[in-house]
Amino acid sequence: MLALIPLIPLFPLAGFLFAGLAGTRVSKRAVGLVACGAVLASFVIGLGAVVQLAGMDPGPAGDGRRFETDVATWLPLGSAAPVTFGFQLDPLSAVMLLVVSGVGFLIHLYSTGYMEHEAGFARFFAYLNLFMAMMLTLVLANNFLLMFVGWEGVGLCSYLLIGFYTDRMFDARSGMTCSDAGRKAFLTNRVGDFAFMLGMLFLLERFATLDFSTIMGTIDQHSADWYGAGLLTLVGILLFAGACGKSAQIPLYVWLPDAMAGPTPVSALIHAATMVTAGVYMLARCSALFWHAPAAMGIVAVVGAATAVFAGTMGLVQTDIKKVLAYSTVSQLGYMFLGAGVGAFVGAIFHLMTHAFFKACLFLGSGSVIHAMGGEQDIRRMGGLRKWMPVTALTFTIATVAIAGFPPLAGFFSKDEILLWALASGRGHWALWLAGSIGAAVTAFYMFRLTTLTFAGKFRGTPAQEHHLHESPRSMTVPLIVLAFLAVVGGWIGIPSLLTFGRDINVFHHWLEPVVGYHGAPAPEAGAAFWAPPPTLQLAGTGLHAVTIEEVAPPAQSGAPHTSIPAEAKRHGGHGGSSEGEPRHLPAAAEWGLIALAVAIAAGGMLLARRLYAAGGAGAPERLARAAGPVYVLLARKYWVDELYDFVVLRPFYALCALFHRIDVALVDGTVNGVRHATIFASHLSSAFDRWVVDLGVNAAGWTVRGFSRLVRALQTGQVQQYATAMLFGAVLLLSLWIVIK
Amino acid sequence: MIPLNAVLAVSAVLFAIGAVGVLTRRNILIVLMGLELMLNAANLSFVAFSRLSARPGMTGQIFPVFIIAVAAGEVAIGLAIVIALYRNRDTVNLDDVNILKG
Repeated sequence: MLALIPLIPLFPLAGFLFAGLAGTRVSKRAVGLVACGAVLASFVIGLGAVVQLAGMDPGPAGDGRRFETDVATWLPLGSAAPVTFGFQLDPLSAVMLLVVSGVGFLIHLYSTGYMEHEAGFARFFAYLNLFMAMMLTLVLANNFLLMFVGWEGVGLCSYLLIGFYTDRMFDARSGMTCSDAGRKAFLTNRVGDFAFMLGMLFLLERFATLDFSTIMGTIDQHSADWYGAGLLTLVGILLFAGACGKSAQIPLYVWLPDAMAGPTPVSALIHAATMVTAGVYMLARCSALFWHAPAAMGIVAVVGAATAVFAGTMGLVQTDIKKVLAYSTVSQLGYMFLGAGVGAFVGAIFHLMTHAFFKACLFLGSGSVIHAMGGEQDIRRMGGLRKWMPVTALTFTIATVAIAGFPPLAGFFSKDEILLWALASGRGHWALWLAGSIGAAVTAFYMFRLTTLTFAGKFRGTPAQEHHLHESPRSMTVPLIVLAFLAVVGGWIGIPSLLTFGRDINVFHHWLEPVVGYHGAPAPEAGAAFWAPPPTLQLAGTGLHAVTIEEVAPPAQSGAPHTSIPAEAKRHGGHGGSSEGEPRHLPAAAEWGLIALAVAIAAGGMLLARRLYAAGGAGAPERLARAAGPVYVLLARKYWVDELYDFVVLRPFYALCALFHRIDVALVDGTVNGVRHATIFASHLSSAFDRWVVDLGVNAAGWTVRGFSRLVRALQTGQVQQYATAMLFGAVLLLSLWIVIK
Repeated sequence: MIPLNAVLAVSAVLFAIGAVGVLTRRNILIVLMGLELMLNAANLSFVAFSRLSARPGMTGQIFPVFIIAVAAGEVAIGLAIVIALYRNRDTVNLDDVNILKG
């Protein structure tokens, strides 16, 4: 199965060609079957390959589980190593592969029900399959350029699918159409892509290759000198800027809320579960590089934490069911970047996976609601839907509990790991932990607000809508149930040893650690000094003290392969327990305290939301909004960021365009028109010469020939007897001439 | 003995009648007949010279034999052309056969 991994992206590509070329000529059922079948085939092959990968010997360093295959050479790059159509499967891409193809399949299945009544059914599945092909290329590529192909490909599909309803208005207030939303997403992504490309070129220049394994394997040699270290930091920042665009981080997040213009399964697949997490995957893929660039990691962490809080607060006041989820997605992506920034790459990928489960479930649930409400998306006109759609309500609630971070659901474990690292990792900071905790509280609040307003209380829509309410068909509820199940159990593969009282069952950690774990570098003092706070300060938030800085390896684990990681860290780092690669070991009581605090925060958010929005509480939110006054307006208008971008970027841009337009008209057009006038004048001259000299000569020759031929023609009458007469007279003439001469 | 000049005079008259026929008549059959007259006028001259000239010989008598043979062939081809022409153009009038006109 491992050797078949290049086939994985080809199945959806074939599905894309089928739906795109023949989709309008076959039945919807056939299109849906082929599209789902293609993704299912990818998932099955992927699953087989991952099982085989898991069976491989991890080796002494733990990183032996890797499979790489080159299908063909793409670009021979002269002195640099050629770029190939190369695919690789390692624990990291295995996780992504299964999440993408698994969740992707469920969402394909769901779409066959959701899009059933839509025109453009085949077009939708063509785009969706193309997206799967590109996303799988992205996660399976073994070099930056092929990854970039997938990266751009998913961007293209995102653009096509956001603008899927080409004839619909998206936001009447600002006059934005769905196509505009697609364009906004595409153009915002270009900014990040440009940075990504620059980073890639710097790497190519320095490493003379774009292969992940070569670059990450030889990174130690390059970080030794100041130029290399600086370059790595620069490249890290550039790659992160690229990830910012794709994964909607500050300052490039503005496209994601508007990406909700697309059909809801698209929001679930592309703008929640898979594509937007490509940035996190890319960072984890380059984790070795980031371990060598602490400053870049610091930026990642700060931007991630800021996005988590910032986007979360904007989600508090949204009234569109999908927009709440969109801001929630931005916020959760911020969490993942916070995790990556503090070194919790495993936690980031863990959260990526659990987030894919519960956010896809939430989006599909919202799609189910919108489907039942006949296109209505305003949660103020919903309410009490639990009565009509029990399955949707139940799965939605489960996913809400999961995202809010209640144990033992999936979101709890992944969020907890990130928060722990944010506080205790060598690259963490208590402020980052605080931001993450505020984000968690906000998340719990707006998610329960959403659930309460939608499913609890009395129905607030029109009687016509009420009459139309129904549970969605089986093709839609089955994916919901599967995803809700995963949202419950998905976290159990990464249970920290603390909760099991020392027994080490954190499978996920052991699986990913060799790929994204601490990659030893001489810990740069500047970075450490910048990001490692004094211990007393670090614990001020929890009221605890005495950080144990020695690496405590539980005896039970000493034989396991993963323990080589801290050992490696010691070897490279020089000072034992540097906590570069592992979070500082807080006392168990402190960790328990943190967990309790996290749960308390989530519960607080939940209780507040239920109190404010539960039945009959309709007046409370308005009173709150009035009390909050300017803050409410600030949040409702989304911090005026769109307006700010309009003022800072678009207006100057338009002004510059107007200036260039004027220059264009005066200078360039003037020159071009001058040339045009000169050419016309010259042509007139040339034409006159042609007409009066050349044509006259030619015509004169013609006329002459015609005149003579008219004369000669008279001789040839076609009358045989005239010719004979002429002959006779000729003969007589010659004869008489002969006689006379003689 | 008929004098040579008398025979030549007959020959000249025959030739002139044939030539006038060829040049003036519009019916191809008559034209062909005129041609025959002209050929036979020539034959008569050959025979007359062969028999009545100052140095008589057989050469002048052999030529008419060849000419008669050639004339037979000419008539055969000529009549074939006339038939083909009639079938195609439905006429034997020479004035109507002028598509070679320039």
